[in-house]
Amino acid sequence: MSADLAEGESRLLYPPPGMPPGGGSAASAGPADEDLRVVAARHPGRWLATAVVAVLLAMVVSSLVTNDRWEWDVVARYLTWPSILEGAWATIRLTVTASVVGFALGTVLALMRLSRSPLLQAVSWAYTWVFRSVPLLLQLLLWYNLAYLYPVLSLGIPFGPELLFFDTLDLIDKFWAAILGLGLSQAAYSAEIVRAGILGVDQGQHEAAASLGLPRHRQVRRIILPQAMRSIVPTAVNEVIGLLKGTSIVYVLAYGELFYIVSVIYGRNGRVVPLLIVAAIWYLALTTLITVVQYYVERHYAKGALRTLPPTPLQRVRWELQVGRSRLTGAPVPDGVPPAFAARVRVGRRVAPRGGAA
Amino acid sequence: MTGGLLEIRGVHKSFGMLEALRGVDLTVRPGEVAAIIGPSGSGKSTLLRAINHLEKVDRGFVSLDGELVGYARRGSTLRELTEREILRRRTRIGFVFQNFNLFPHLTVLENVVEAPIFAQGRPRAQAEAEGRELLARVGLADRADARPRQLSGGQQQRVAIARALALRPAVVLFDEPTSALDPELVGEVLEVIKELAGTGTTLVVVTHEMAFAREVADTVVFMDGGVVIEQGPSADVLDRPASPRTKAFLEKVL
Ligand SMILES: Nc1ncnc2c1ncn2[C@@H]1O[C@H](COP(=O)(O)OP(=O)(O)OP(=O)(O)O)[C@@H](O)[C@H]1O
Ligand SMILES: [Mg+2]
Repeated sequence: MSADLAEGESRLLYPPPGMPPGGGSAASAGPADEDLRVVAARHPGRWLATAVVAVLLAMVVSSLVTNDRWEWDVVARYLTWPSILEGAWATIRLTVTASVVGFALGTVLALMRLSRSPLLQAVSWAYTWVFRSVPLLLQLLLWYNLAYLYPVLSLGIPFGPELLFFDTLDLIDKFWAAILGLGLSQAAYSAEIVRAGILGVDQGQHEAAASLGLPRHRQVRRIILPQAMRSIVPTAVNEVIGLLKGTSIVYVLAYGELFYIVSVIYGRNGRVVPLLIVAAIWYLALTTLITVVQYYVERHYAKGALRTLPPTPLQRVRWELQVGRSRLTGAPVPDGVPPAFAARVRVGRRVAPRGGAA
Repeated sequence: MTGGLLEIRGVHKSFGMLEALRGVDLTVRPGEVAAIIGPSGSGKSTLLRAINHLEKVDRGFVSLDGELVGYARRGSTLRELTEREILRRRTRIGFVFQNFNLFPHLTVLENVVEAPIFAQGRPRAQAEAEGRELLARVGLADRADARPRQLSGGQQQRVAIARALALRPAVVLFDEPTSALDPELVGEVLEVIKELAGTGTTLVVVTHEMAFAREVADTVVFMDGGVVIEQGPSADVLDRPASPRTKAFLEKVL
């Protein structure tokens, strides 16, 4: 029943073979439908803009190449220098750990804020208020100096006996001070992002989950959060990228992340600009990596929200290549190439002989 | 499936200053199909939601087979149950929404088996087998792996019905199940409800489809201004309404 209906719809959308898209009768006097030529619209303004941008680009590239103060050989040498690699790895570890801490705690804070308990709401609100207000640099230094406030940390029963003792200096080294600083302040921002995402989920979804009697944690984890993720992910990735770059602030703790290492090296050899370029290239590469991951994560959460997912860039490139090969060799288009792409083989051939019908 | 006995006594519900329900009394016997009709804003949806405890009532109570929904009775006081207990009791009541409210990120089958597995703790294999049977019953056996947005409105509502039935509820509540549908899709959904009416499950259907109420419902309940004005066998209420307000309403919609 349903399948018939869908077919019926598509029949209406696409004119049956032999009928020109416009439906007019004039076309029937001209060449056969098969031979209609496709001519792209002309855009002189676009050509002009392209030319201007091309010239500007050429200027930039030429100055990059000809100005030897960039010292590209130094850049190339240091790009994969062992201590730089270590610094990049430290930056990655900081980013990943702080993101995990930030978003895990942020999600808890968001759920607290949305809970029905006034105390939980207030605590969550106050947390966000404090950690968003105090500059990150200050927070980092405070965490690093925690040992001054509490030389010994202990685990035990609240207001009762203490069972386990830790030396604060042992427990909170530079790395964990950095994680506390970055992660806890990130949580304040993440909380708002997650909360906005949850609020964006249709009220009907909450009601449907509740009316089915699903346990509360299941409602949140299975029904609400996955749908909230669709709006959370793009903003969250922004935050992670901000965090990646923000890790450079940890150099105040003299922790060996990318920026600190770079500054130590140029402090010794004086090649400031090339080493800054090395760091910039690494940040650029890591951000690119995050962006690629973002694409696939977004795609994952788009399942069901879109009727059909658009192809990935990789699929697109593969199909383009296959279509291109068929156009050159005349071989049939391989299976698996969607009709919208395969159709280009035919269109391409019609366009090729210029000035055909007119 | 055996239907439940639904009793609603003196239910009041206000939203701020607005009294949406002002003392509703209603009994739906096991296996009975009750159609609730009435003008817009008369409190029909609010009543259904109160039955399911999606809406807390201010006064009065709702019970299913003698068990209070949402409360425990101690002498003359009603104590609200814990959320866990409310959720458990809710699984005896199916709810079909006007806008389907299917979970768009889950497949059709996942939508149907979610509650049996995670609210009732039934084994997955059993829930899936039963889920497929239910989908076959609503004519969607071949769409088990589709996602809701890939289906037509009528198909989505049929999935929503299958999802509600998967809990093996004693009573199923429908809030205008066809009013979000294009006219040509209404029939397929009403057909499913009609088939369900023959199985002995208690059904409460808020509807604007008078022909459906006449054909399928055992009783018709007319609501206006937050109270039940009239309740009786469908032919009686629809053809020989006792109250002038019912009569005026029917003249407008028929
Ligand atoms: N959450 C709410 N907050 C405030 N007012 C509400 C809320 N829900 C319902 N109401 C009001 O309560 C009254 C009854 O609403 P209800 O949705 O039960 O009517 P209904 O009979 O279902 O109408 P319809 O046929 O249009 O669906 C209306 O005046 C409505 O505006
Ligand atoms: Mg309503």
